[in-house]
Amino acid sequence: MIESPSSSKKKLILVTAGALFLAALPVAATWSGDVYLISLFTRVIIYALAAVSLDLLIGYGGLISLGHAAFVGIGGYVTGILYVHGFEGEPLLGLFGGTDNALVVWPLAVLVAAGFALVIGSLSLRTSGMHFIMITLAFAQMLYYFAVGLEKYGGDDGLPLYSRNSLPGLDLGDDLQFYYVCLFCLALFLILTSRLVSSRFGLVLRGAAGNMRRILTLGIPGRRYQLVCFMIGGAGAGLAGALLANQTEYVSPTLLHWTVSGELMVMVLLGGLGSLFGPVLGAAVYLLLEEILAMYTEHWMAYLGPILILVVLFAKHGLFGVLTGRED
Amino acid sequence: MILFAEQILNGLQLGITLFLMSAGLTLVFGIMKVINLAHGSFYMIGAYVGATVTAASGSFLAGILAALGAAGISGMVVELIVLRELYQRDHLDQVLATFGLIFFFNELTRIIWGKQPLFMDVPTWLQGNIEIMAGLVYPVYRLFVIGVGCLTALLLWFLFSRTRLGMQIRAGASNRRMVSALGVNIKLLYTLVFGLGTLLAGLAGVMAGPIFAVESGMGESILILTFVVIVIGGIGSVKGAVIGALLVGLVDTLGRAFLPQLFRLFLSSSVADGVGASLASMSIYILMAAVLILRPKGLFPSHD
Repeated sequence: MIESPSSSKKKLILVTAGALFLAALPVAATWSGDVYLISLFTRVIIYALAAVSLDLLIGYGGLISLGHAAFVGIGGYVTGILYVHGFEGEPLLGLFGGTDNALVVWPLAVLVAAGFALVIGSLSLRTSGMHFIMITLAFAQMLYYFAVGLEKYGGDDGLPLYSRNSLPGLDLGDDLQFYYVCLFCLALFLILTSRLVSSRFGLVLRGAAGNMRRILTLGIPGRRYQLVCFMIGGAGAGLAGALLANQTEYVSPTLLHWTVSGELMVMVLLGGLGSLFGPVLGAAVYLLLEEILAMYTEHWMAYLGPILILVVLFAKHGLFGVLTGRED
Repeated sequence: MILFAEQILNGLQLGITLFLMSAGLTLVFGIMKVINLAHGSFYMIGAYVGATVTAASGSFLAGILAALGAAGISGMVVELIVLRELYQRDHLDQVLATFGLIFFFNELTRIIWGKQPLFMDVPTWLQGNIEIMAGLVYPVYRLFVIGVGCLTALLLWFLFSRTRLGMQIRAGASNRRMVSALGVNIKLLYTLVFGLGTLLAGLAGVMAGPIFAVESGMGESILILTFVVIVIGGIGSVKGAVIGALLVGLVDTLGRAFLPQLFRLFLSSSVADGVGASLASMSIYILMAAVLILRPKGLFPSHD
């Protein structure tokens, strides 16, 4: 993970260009009349948020979680359930009323997702390697079946929201404003995580991923750092879930399905593992590739599959690594 | 009591199917140290080819043979082209490449066989029911599945502990370089082991054909169950696969059959059905979490 000066300069240029592109995109799209691009890129930004949170786990913590969709789903369901209770005026568990105020709902989605991550993480982190992959997968499936069984909240069919959340001073129902809110969330999370990985916390995390025994011998409780990392990752995915529920105005068990976890992992690897900004690029390329292939053939998955295999076999550091000329 | 015995048999039958899946997967995990998400795809290939050949030839046995061949050969081809490159990579690369394989195979079956599920009839000589004990009438076909599974388990045991090939496979699992230095073609051995695993998955698929619908993506739901089996049993252990598969099969089947009734004792029937059903589909994951808390490496950890 050593970065040469030219590589970090390229990285700065690339990140600035990406940020400018995302900031200017809605303006250009409105001007040229391609407004569908705004909702497409809102989707990209939300998935990017989830992918960055997964990169924190895999790329820095060495925690290969194949159940990250669970936290996206939890964020979505917190949003959906609070909305329904607010809409019907029926108190949740007979205690407190629902709400559609984003300032309440989104932090709550983040907290609930982090809480679940605490439980799932502390059980899963008892294992490592192949076991960890399969256990996180199994926990996500467990929550998936739990969501399917939630008859009160739509069960298998999911839960429609009749409008987006309300945010004082803004109208989230407006696609343009919602786009910038999502972009703000992504930027905030990227700043937070990139500060985090270069802090002492991040160093311990990387050390634990490289050699846990050594970290423990130094007297540092490595597992606890990994658990906190798992919770921060879960929290980011929870926020992404809340945003996704708002964008589609719909929550369903498919948010938690294991293929979503797989797709997030693909975005991370496609963009570049352990680079935080790479997964943003990965999410954009993956979703656009899906969109473009689907335009030409309904069997786009038959092409996407082999493309994935080729990327795995030949592009070690993903697209971001290729563009910044990263070396080992 | 009769109902209970019937559900035990159903659980056994699911357990046998899971065993066929997990035996192959645990071998690939244990010997090549590769995590293969696409194992369910070979189950699907077995089911599709089996259903097609059975319908065309009218013979279920021909269908089974074709399914075994198709799953085994496609497995070996995939090993040669993709998996072989992944042995030295980390688990993340393996997960992603095999995830790509799932996309490819699911879409390929949609291209070849269309979106509509295929239905496979139980062959005439296995139709009907048989009275096992007073009052317990059970379909012959499901007994056939249990029988074939037990026979396969015996054959596998014989292969591993009594033949030269089995000895080489076990040796390859513990020290790849040493076996290679002794003049065994380890690459060929790995291809054969992978092919054997996918062949077993194909057998599970074709036998599940008359019970479930044959459709694209059918491999994934069984794949996740197989993972649970392997985690419970311990990665790389065939004995663990047997015990784990039976445990998961029984817990899942009995949970679905009896949990709703159990909850009806103290909840209203509609609430009880909902709670019981969702708890039943979560039961095996709860079982897995419990096993991991007590034994983080599974019930029968392999030595490495």
